[in-house]
Amino acid sequence: MSVRYLEDVEFGADLPAIPADTGLENVRGFVEAVGWDAPRFTDHEAARKEGLPGALVPGIMSQGFLAATIHRWCEAATIERIDTVFRAPMLVDEPLMVSAVVTDIDEDDGIVEVDLTVSNAAAETRVFGTARVRMPRQG
Amino acid sequence: MDLEAIKRDFLHQVFDETAYEVKADTLVAYARACGETAARFTDPLAEDFQAVPTFVSSFQPGRRLPKGFPKLPGLGMDGGKVVTAHAPLRAGEQVVGRSHIEDVYAKTGRSGTMTFIVLRMNVYDASETLLASADTNMVIRERAKPVKEAEA
Repeated sequence: MSVRYLEDVEFGADLPAIPADTGLENVRGFVEAVGWDAPRFTDHEAARKEGLPGALVPGIMSQGFLAATIHRWCEAATIERIDTVFRAPMLVDEPLMVSAVVTDIDEDDGIVEVDLTVSNAAAETRVFGTARVRMPRQG
Repeated sequence: MDLEAIKRDFLHQVFDETAYEVKADTLVAYARACGETAARFTDPLAEDFQAVPTFVSSFQPGRRLPKGFPKLPGLGMDGGKVVTAHAPLRAGEQVVGRSHIEDVYAKTGRSGTMTFIVLRMNVYDASETLLASADTNMVIRERAKPVKEAEA
């Protein structure tokens, strides 16, 4: 469920899971925008020639997926810190979901801690992270 | 490999300074590709239009490591990214990223030794306000020894 304010947040609550768009065209648009355009991200065959299992979703894009999951849960949330661990490669065109859970609430400071995970269809973790998020207060 | 010598010679010394121009269309493309829907990240006309905080992870320094940094034995990979956001990054800004090595350490387990190099880029605006810190956690995994050598 999406929330608007700190007061709406419950400890242990799941954030709405969102699919990560790992489609080739989306990844191509991303790497071209940020200047990371390379065949290993945009061409399965070229990536295989480099010894990779296929074209890779850049790690920095997976970090962006995590941030978007937080903002889609609470649009006005401010991410103060986000730590992302690239545990295993994410492949272009591979269906992936981003899930997250609230692990701590600091009501005095208006801060929420969130654990985030990107997993594949086999429920294998590809990327995980934690975020420190400042939440707006009601009123 | 002498990690103490590496720390003494390289830790906390700025080895790269690179300027970046922050363009609105780049910020929008980044945000949309990542699945952002909030107008402050996807609409340049929004009152509080700004970069997604993780955008600074896409800044590539001119140099990955300092000049003279020793070549560490093993396979290097990007183990992760950490962003600490201090203030919004806005379209139209000219910012500068200054990189240094924040930490170097090693861990040894059953699969061998892994060396971690934490590369930090601090991003400043034109008035030298620190906007964000972006860490890259470089992991260097020691190559497995050939069986005969390992048994010797």
